[in-house]
Amino acid sequence: MKQELSIVLSGEAGQGLQTLEDFLVKAISKSYYVFATQEVMSRVRGGNNTLEIRVSNTPVATYRSHIDFLYLLNNHSFYRVTKRVSDDSKIFGEEDFLSDEERDQLVGTFVPFTLNDYATEAGSVLFGNTVLFGHIAGMLALDQDHCHALINERFSHKKDKILDGNIEAFKTGYELGQAYQEHHDLQNREDEPLMVLSGNEALGIGALGGGCNFISAYPMSPGTGLLTYLAGKSNDFGIFVEQAEDEIAALNMNIGAWYAGARALTTTSGGGFALMEEAVSLSGITETPCVTHIAQRPGPGTGLPTRTAQEDLNLAVYAGHGEFPRMIFSPGHMRDAVELAQKAFYFADKYQVPTFLLTDQFLVDSKFQMAPFELDAKYLESSIVKSTEDYKRYTITEDGLSPRSIPGFGDGLVKCDSDEHVEEGTITESFDVRIQMNEKRLSKKDLLMADYQYPELIGPESYKKLIVGWGSTYGVLKEYVDQYGDGETAYLYIKQPFPLHQDIKKYFDQADTIINVENNASAQFSKILLLELGVTVSQNLLKYNGEPFSIEEVVAYMKEV
Amino acid sequence: MKHFEMDKSTDIAWCPGCGNFSIRKVLIETLQEMDLNPTQVVMASGIGQAAKMPQYINTNYFNGLHGRGLPVAVAIKAANPHLTVIAEGGDGDMYGEGGNHFIHNIRRNPDIVHIVHDNMVYGLTKGQAAPTSPLEFKTPVQVNGVINDPINPLPVAMTLGATFVARAFSGDMEGLKKILKAAFDHEGYALVDVLHPCVTFNKINTFKWYKEHSYPLEEGYDSSDFESAMKKALDTEKFALGVIYQNKNKVSFNNRTWLYQQDATPIVQRKRDINKVNALLKIEA
Repeated sequence: MKQELSIVLSGEAGQGLQTLEDFLVKAISKSYYVFATQEVMSRVRGGNNTLEIRVSNTPVATYRSHIDFLYLLNNHSFYRVTKRVSDDSKIFGEEDFLSDEERDQLVGTFVPFTLNDYATEAGSVLFGNTVLFGHIAGMLALDQDHCHALINERFSHKKDKILDGNIEAFKTGYELGQAYQEHHDLQNREDEPLMVLSGNEALGIGALGGGCNFISAYPMSPGTGLLTYLAGKSNDFGIFVEQAEDEIAALNMNIGAWYAGARALTTTSGGGFALMEEAVSLSGITETPCVTHIAQRPGPGTGLPTRTAQEDLNLAVYAGHGEFPRMIFSPGHMRDAVELAQKAFYFADKYQVPTFLLTDQFLVDSKFQMAPFELDAKYLESSIVKSTEDYKRYTITEDGLSPRSIPGFGDGLVKCDSDEHVEEGTITESFDVRIQMNEKRLSKKDLLMADYQYPELIGPESYKKLIVGWGSTYGVLKEYVDQYGDGETAYLYIKQPFPLHQDIKKYFDQADTIINVENNASAQFSKILLLELGVTVSQNLLKYNGEPFSIEEVVAYMKEV
Repeated sequence: MKHFEMDKSTDIAWCPGCGNFSIRKVLIETLQEMDLNPTQVVMASGIGQAAKMPQYINTNYFNGLHGRGLPVAVAIKAANPHLTVIAEGGDGDMYGEGGNHFIHNIRRNPDIVHIVHDNMVYGLTKGQAAPTSPLEFKTPVQVNGVINDPINPLPVAMTLGATFVARAFSGDMEGLKKILKAAFDHEGYALVDVLHPCVTFNKINTFKWYKEHSYPLEEGYDSSDFESAMKKALDTEKFALGVIYQNKNKVSFNNRTWLYQQDATPIVQRKRDINKVNALLKIEA
């Protein structure tokens, strides 16, 4: 009996998979461990998009390639997933959804599923997705009252006919789905209630918790989701939202807002961030904080706009001309997405440096479970000081931090310059002052190490093999160690890939074998490990086709190690 | 002088005879006469000789990147509407490198004064063509003369819906001051294009040339009439000096936002309630 199920719906853009996902994940989360991810083509209508929902007796946060139950939603929804089904897979769909060739070569069991008829009987062909919701709910024996409540919540503002029809459609699906309860042995979860959220929502909540009150951004997948989330919250939380004319304006506005005392955010992807690089450097020399979210996708150039990658670590580490410190955070799970987003604002303010949230399409768009917790108000505290008449923005101090004031707050003037400057902030060409100011700025690299976000070690402490990964590989690598580990393999989850703290070298010293796992082709992090810590990794597991790692890929690779 | 004037010892990096000196003098006098407090004024600038202006005026400033003075200025005003914000730079900075921001900030109508020093040549980089350089203008780069048509910023701004469009000449200091005062009084985006000679790199458009090729708008000129204003703005045979067009009926950027319509408190003075954020981290019933 299966201890977990991988359910995939394969359709096309515009068929409402997003809405269906929201329903399903919320409903399933009440009873089980669940994770959901979509892979979509870069088009608004048509093509082939799939939604995978994993339901399990143990926590899940990554995708499985193998499909247990596949729903085909049109006659061109099978060809891209044929490799993911096997003899024990069930494939639901209308008879004519398979081509003759596909039918001849079919593995698994095809189950005729007249979705349109079921929906029409319930009142309208438009209720198809609710039939599907019911079918999966029946298969998983979900609490029907809770599902009805979700439907009510969604359709309560519509006419009774629509609400009643959807309930009817759900019931039809549920009855049919119940027949498949015997195909699994899923047990209701008994731990605390869990909330479900996407990486975008987690980052957005964190940003709010960090005091974000200004966002300027230019839309670019997959970075747009965070802009949309915060725009949705802007009226409630008092956020100034502006869609900038280009990415250059976006980050320059961000920096202008911080200079005036706001806590500003910019969100983008690699290509947009490339345009922002000069402004990163501006933040560096003017010591004006800024926070940038980079949701990575495969490049170079336009690359694969809707897919995932971890290809822009080098870009973030080296962005901007000249030399200046920065902090880069790479959350791998939802709690860290919330907390690191919050801290990104606090640390930017505290150290007067650019900070980055480096995520990817897989993390921001997928849906994960998270135990509720409360954010600490400490990270809303500001380092801004009231100026006195003799205030100098770049005062040389013992600890290297010049107290930061903002215009209009006190009797002093706040003069910031992208040219090299004296303590007052005005231009200088003195070589001595240049050395002094450059050293002052660079000395912050040591200071900000006091707030280094240490990695988490997952697995046995007496490990001999160490897997290392940063950011969104957390789900797959944790599942590997927890569920498939050999007792001597641990996983080090890096949440601040740059700069690295010397203290974490000890994790690598203990290992006989170090396996670095990244969603890129050139093992970017392994080079940072070498450069910053002198650590040489033994092997690299790299994937760069635009998809995240499946659990099977990691298991298969680790067998060879 | 007090407040906005710098110490006498301030080393000013402009060439002797540069039109920037007059613009600086008039700007300081204007700010003084308007009784503004230097702590409540911010200048945002990019890079170029003109963009050095904030160095020589005693007030808050953010001297950022080439071409990016406007986005910084608009964001400062958005974050704290109580501040008086000036964006200042040259023709290359604002119409060339920063052209996209010039276009889109006119659409926003932010309540800032945008002063552009227009000497039809690049100064800081030593004499190349500016977006406003006339055809056939020879430079060390445009060795056979400029072949690209010059931009005329005023009609560009007007077609985009700019609410205050003015042209001044650094040689007419009284006129410039009048225009600047009107620009500060205007609620919304105010473009002040200031013609001025570059004594080092522009031997064509000299003080004398500007004097001969410009004239003050006649008494009683109606700056609210878009069509006649457009005619004035388009005429480059002889430049009209003064407030060429003004529309007092458009709402400015901040006041268009729901955020400030509901509550005029600058966002930088508001406090975030962590409990309200934590409510988002609770399980929905």
